[in-house]
Amino acid sequence: MRLFDKARHPWLAAFRAAFPLTAPVGLGFLFLGCSYGMLMGVHGFSVLYPLCMSALIFAGSMEFVTVSLLLSPFDPIAAFTLAIMVNARHMFYGIAMLPRFAETGWIKPLLIYGLCDETFALHVSTVAPQGIDEKKFMLATTLLNQAYWVSSSTLGGLIGARLPQHTEGLQFVLTALFVVIAMDQWRAQAVAGRTGIILGLVVTTVCLVIFGSAQFMIPALLGIVLLCLALRSRLEQA
Amino acid sequence: MSVTQSIITIAAVVAGTMLTRFIPFLVFPERKRTPKSIEFLGTILPFAMTGLLVVYSLKDTVLTACPYGIPQAIAVILVVVVHWWKHNMMLSLAAGTIAYMILIQTVFA
Repeated sequence: MRLFDKARHPWLAAFRAAFPLTAPVGLGFLFLGCSYGMLMGVHGFSVLYPLCMSALIFAGSMEFVTVSLLLSPFDPIAAFTLAIMVNARHMFYGIAMLPRFAETGWIKPLLIYGLCDETFALHVSTVAPQGIDEKKFMLATTLLNQAYWVSSSTLGGLIGARLPQHTEGLQFVLTALFVVIAMDQWRAQAVAGRTGIILGLVVTTVCLVIFGSAQFMIPALLGIVLLCLALRSRLEQA
Repeated sequence: MSVTQSIITIAAVVAGTMLTRFIPFLVFPERKRTPKSIEFLGTILPFAMTGLLVVYSLKDTVLTACPYGIPQAIAVILVVVVHWWKHNMMLSLAAGTIAYMILIQTVFA
């Protein structure tokens, strides 16, 4: 028995198809979003702050950084520059998504607005199941992840105290998700894709060791792009 | 910081973040031909960025003090082994995450 007609309810079908794939992200966000909301609460911010910031900024690590910006002397130019530096990796997600997001019409700005790490990782690793519209599926993935983040951050702001016991370490589900996605890509790809994965792992690790966790992203991104371009003729033949 | 100043600070962060997300689509709009080199990057970056994300999500691991990243190493290896063996995403995620939580809350607490 069919619960509903996919053709008559294409949006509902897209959300139902996307939900199980986004569930691990929801679990990771529950922990991270709550931690972030609680951090704001501890510093005396009203719950409106985590609610608005998680919905508008929608970049987890940058929101943690913004908490300290709000507690420092007023400097919006520095805040703007820092946001670009911390989120520079998004530019490369965009380049990777240029063909996928082409001809998506009015939903394109929403797809771009919500292109966080986890949503990007799901976009590159999943395609819409048969009978489900690709654009609606991508938007459902984006909006579900955004909803998890905003609701978890708000929940954290409302709790404002300590996390329930035995939840420590739950955020590891996001690391595990990235590892699983990398392995699935590895299995599905030939030499070029596999070289890409290795480049990403090795260059980022080397930069992390050399520059430390506060400074490694920009050199890592530059290194990855330059090495990809240097190996271009070989990778295109492969 | 006043409320107005906080709002301006948050707006500056939103503007910076959204610039990083929108800029590729503004520089390479659909109606214009994308340069070949950017097209090439678009085919290889989805894989390179997954590799980057694995390391990025582990960036705060401290290797120079106890527990020396051992819980993370064990949990990542477990995810790899379980996923290689069973190809079941939910099982791999559950195995790695539960193992990590147990390790940091008990063995390495």
